[in-house]
Amino acid sequence: MIISQQKPLEAILSTLGESRSVFIVGCAKCATVCKAGGEEEVWQMQEALIASGREVTGSIIIDEACHMLRVSRDLRGKQQMVDDADALLVMACGAGIQSVSAAVKKKTVAALDSMFLGNIRRFGQFEQKCSLCGECILSDTAGICPVTACPKGLLNGPCGGMDGGRCETDPEAECAWAQIYAKMTESGNCSTLTETVPPKNYAKIPKPGKLNLPK
Amino acid sequence: MTASSSNLQSKLSRGEFVITAEVCPPKGCDTALFLQQSRALSGLVDAINVTDNQGANMRISPVAAACLLLREGVEPLLQLTCRDRNRLALQSELLGAAALGITNILALSGDHICFGDHKEAKAVFDLDSVQLLEAIQCLESGFDLSGKSLDGPPRFFTGAAAAPEAEPFELTLFKLRKKACAGARFFQTQAIFHPDRLERFSNAIHPLGVKLITGIILLKSAGMARFINKNIPGLRVPDELIVELENATNPAETGVEIACRLARAVKPYSHGVHIMAMGREEAIPEIVRAII
Repeated sequence: MIISQQKPLEAILSTLGESRSVFIVGCAKCATVCKAGGEEEVWQMQEALIASGREVTGSIIIDEACHMLRVSRDLRGKQQMVDDADALLVMACGAGIQSVSAAVKKKTVAALDSMFLGNIRRFGQFEQKCSLCGECILSDTAGICPVTACPKGLLNGPCGGMDGGRCETDPEAECAWAQIYAKMTESGNCSTLTETVPPKNYAKIPKPGKLNLPK
Repeated sequence: MTASSSNLQSKLSRGEFVITAEVCPPKGCDTALFLQQSRALSGLVDAINVTDNQGANMRISPVAAACLLLREGVEPLLQLTCRDRNRLALQSELLGAAALGITNILALSGDHICFGDHKEAKAVFDLDSVQLLEAIQCLESGFDLSGKSLDGPPRFFTGAAAAPEAEPFELTLFKLRKKACAGARFFQTQAIFHPDRLERFSNAIHPLGVKLITGIILLKSAGMARFINKNIPGLRVPDELIVELENATNPAETGVEIACRLARAVKPYSHGVHIMAMGREEAIPEIVRAII
């Protein structure tokens, strides 16, 4: 899931600037789980905007704001409220924000910062495990991703800053390669540790990413 | 094979004990102090490490600084990290260094951006240190990483870093073996505080046939030791040395004594020592005298 976090309210208000009437868009999927753009947060935002002297013309929680057609359709369903607003404030990830900005000609304001593709450890605790690098090496690394778990993304073992199995950037954090090594030792197979991994092929994930499934 | 222009390489291959030291290039264009410190050291050491945005702190280009040393007749050991350059930049930097006459290279991953003075910068790490070593081998064979041939391949004397006291020890060995396979001819180590651990390390890497240049750090005070433990990755000054510095009437002198003691203790397991004087380059001669 896409982990996102609400921007400071002052920043949102400052970006809204002279826009006196606002329509709020939330997302029922990731942003809801992150408590950044669900029903509760949209309601709190509405209160905050009213307190700032603005009018809220309406709001909607879209089921998957990244779904462009659905966003278009759902916003059409609230056409009058959208038309009455000077700006749309979107409480969704960057993908969701752009579904909205593509669907309307109005000023679109981002209320959230999108952070990473996250696993859910438990309610309210998210961890990045995958960097969407386009070239999965997990089969060779005991199922632990060094591209993500190592702050330097090193592919051939720990850096010189590792000690006691801890990462140089955070003494609380376990070094990705120490984790990989521990798991391989446990299973009694360290053979892939001896093989030099070539540089990553960044041509595999051209920017912007695009995938069209065969019809 | 043409004769190497590296005195460091020649001495190591003759089995002579080598001494390297490091001087930090200036933050700015005034190179007077950098050159003055390097000139003062030149008769005492075999090569001077020119650090590369050390600790992720922005400084003058190490290639430029190394070139300035060459002009002074001082042999540089150019440190090159993967943190600030992608594979194009690394290769072109290496070709530039070779064209300027720089031979000794220390291929490093590089300290993480979060330790330095540009914490908001994008860390690159397009290659890691093993892949950088392979890139160097590739250039030496006359090709770049894309397989295109070079007009005039470079020749280097290439080394890599090692952290002999780091745990898990076996895990670090996996990477060192890769480094040796990728063409590292010497390991320059992190500062050593436990000579017995260096003995274990030296035995473990012996089959790789790589020369071992052991790091010695010059401590100034207990406060500095604590600062290092907190802020410099991969360095861990043991408590007993901190206590020794704390109880000393002249901690700076005690720091030199400790460095001399360690240098003498590691000498039997090493092909050379690398002295990190941490701004007290004037003390290097005393440490050198203790081991020759």
